[in-house]
Amino acid sequence: MNSAGETSAAGHQGRRTKAKDSDAAHDRHLLRDMLLIRRFEERCVELYSAAAIRGFVHLYIGEEAVAVGVHQALTEHDAVVSTYREHGHALARGVPPEAVMAEMYGRLTGCSKGRGGSMHLFDPGRRFYGGNAIVAGGLPLAAGLALADRMRGRERVTCCFFGDGAFAEGEFHETANLAALWELPVLFVCENNLYAMGTALAREHAQTDLAMRAASYGMAAWAVDGMDVHAVEKAAHRAVTSIRAGGGPHLLEARTYRFRAHSMYDPDRYRPKDEIAKWKQHDPVTGMTEALRSSGRLTSARLKKVERGIAEEIEAAVAAAEQAPKEPVESLLHHVTGRNEEKS
Amino acid sequence: MKAGGDHNGATTFREALRDALREALTADDRVFLMGEDVGRYGGCFGVSLGLIEEFGPDRVRDTPLSESAFVGAGIGAALAGMRPIVEIMTVNFSLLALDQILNNAATLRHMSGGQINIPLVIRMTTGAGRQLAAQHSHSLEGWYAHIPGIRVLAPATLQDARLLLAPALADPDPVLIFEHGTLYNVEGHLDPAVPAVDLDHATVPRKGTDLTVIAYGGCLSKALAAAEELAGDGISAEVVDLRSLRPLDDATIISSIRRTHRAVVVDEGWRSGSLSSEISARITEQAFFDLDAPVERGCSAEVPIPYASQLEEAALPQVPGIVAAARRVVS
Ligand SMILES: Cc1ncc(C[n+]2csc(CCOP(=O)(O)OP(=O)(O)O)c2C)c(N)n1
Ligand SMILES: [Mg+2]
Repeated sequence: MNSAGETSAAGHQGRRTKAKDSDAAHDRHLLRDMLLIRRFEERCVELYSAAAIRGFVHLYIGEEAVAVGVHQALTEHDAVVSTYREHGHALARGVPPEAVMAEMYGRLTGCSKGRGGSMHLFDPGRRFYGGNAIVAGGLPLAAGLALADRMRGRERVTCCFFGDGAFAEGEFHETANLAALWELPVLFVCENNLYAMGTALAREHAQTDLAMRAASYGMAAWAVDGMDVHAVEKAAHRAVTSIRAGGGPHLLEARTYRFRAHSMYDPDRYRPKDEIAKWKQHDPVTGMTEALRSSGRLTSARLKKVERGIAEEIEAAVAAAEQAPKEPVESLLHHVTGRNEEKS
Repeated sequence: MKAGGDHNGATTFREALRDALREALTADDRVFLMGEDVGRYGGCFGVSLGLIEEFGPDRVRDTPLSESAFVGAGIGAALAGMRPIVEIMTVNFSLLALDQILNNAATLRHMSGGQINIPLVIRMTTGAGRQLAAQHSHSLEGWYAHIPGIRVLAPATLQDARLLLAPALADPDPVLIFEHGTLYNVEGHLDPAVPAVDLDHATVPRKGTDLTVIAYGGCLSKALAAAEELAGDGISAEVVDLRSLRPLDDATIISSIRRTHRAVVVDEGWRSGSLSSEISARITEQAFFDLDAPVERGCSAEVPIPYASQLEEAALPQVPGIVAAARRVVS
């Protein structure tokens, strides 16, 4: 996302190496990136209610510290592979809110030209290889991207986000073995939000220590507090530094929580209300805001300004999406193959 | 480039495939081969034998048993600029990678609004005829031919075994190549006058006037044998080798039917919902008033392919059945 004209994926290289919480500007940048995701998705809820956007929409609210923290360790040369819960990953990667919003509207100006929608955001120019709505479907792709980099001698990392539910799929286990066997430069980020749709972690996994199981494949793996953006950032730096030094794949199990239902269709009947309330006390956005406020590093005037800037950016994205052209049905058969459209 | 065949240009289908792989690996350093046992074992059907010694284990890459992961890794590597050739031992095992093939390889271009493409080749063995029983004998290429976003090829001749790979690698999209298991040992001579083949067109290996027999892959030789037998009875059968199962070359099929007015479609897949159903439907859609008889089909019986040889033989399209179908359409 844009803050002062630079993308979070590429920027702040120098600052990153400094102590985790001593740099007020960096912390304000982290807050802004998380706030943008939060406000963007809150706006999506309204737009969904207004039927402006449709389909399956999976909100990241509550998990923002993971995407933003991990992205501090990535450069523009690295690749990102994501899931259907990927608005946060895309925005943290620097995909413009305008392109994401237009995609939710199904417009030609969307980051996937309206062919993908919320679950399939793509931006190959930023090496963002998609939203994938097959649980664990992106994991093998990440191994392949990393394999290509390794074979071509490119010092890049491929970062792959997926959930605790995906951890039960064969595609995770096949890919973990392959990546470890071939020592591929992959950063696996398992967003353990304790639920796969309505199935709680302990009801889907015989052994719920996911990092330990990942380590059994012969890769470095550890759990990190996914509600603490500094902890995530630090862990990601450590992992990425090791991967770049030839340390093979690493896995971070980010322990996090989604504050909203699984998708817009989910009545959220399977979680105790007090569990949700308890996790909301660890809200990464309000936590960071309060930390900055109480230490005097963020005045209310400045916070207001940040909020206003974000609101303007989002409203501009909505307005642009509303105005954006719809693809004419005459080109329905485009983007199927590269050669001229098949007769079939 | 070393030629696999002997000094007289004699070669086998397997050697022709291997020569094509060697040529591709030599010509472009982005090309690499990966799959189960393609390296030290030499490929489960011996196609890549010796290539690991020539090109090293990085480019002739043995994978663990994980069809989904290594097919998906092929997709990812293609996305990152490589030109991978992924070998799946047989089509039966490709079902473990079907998610990657359909939901990613065939679909990413579209879901991204045309921003990315997957220049990937996937080779696999298909078909019955070797008493390998149901889990090693099915012909599922017709299922793959159902999928928009990929190209599906079925070489039936030495020429195609040798020459299809290069244009497949040049295609910007995923190409699946189905090699019928009974063809690997077929011997013959390559025609040096044919330097290249194109992927879009079916061929007509035998001209005729009374009916058109449409076949591909492992069934082509059966179609040609049937045509030979029919010629003895004064029936002139034209034979079309589809070569490409997706897209289908409607023009070649239909122009043949317009001349012969009769058709028999031979397909080792099961009859229901098969490639032969699709071809038959296209003929009625596009050449109904040119037809002098209903389209006949010679397909596999609707049974998992049995082990016992007499049962396996009875389950598959065979020359006598093709000849009988041809007699019915011309009578
Ligand atoms: C292969 C597959 N199976 C089932 C689904 C339906 N589904 C969508 S999301 C989901 C839960 C995934 O949970 P997790 O991996 O923990 O990710 P989260 O949604 O919690 O971020 C399921 C079962 C799917 N999309 N793909
Ligand atoms: Mg989950």
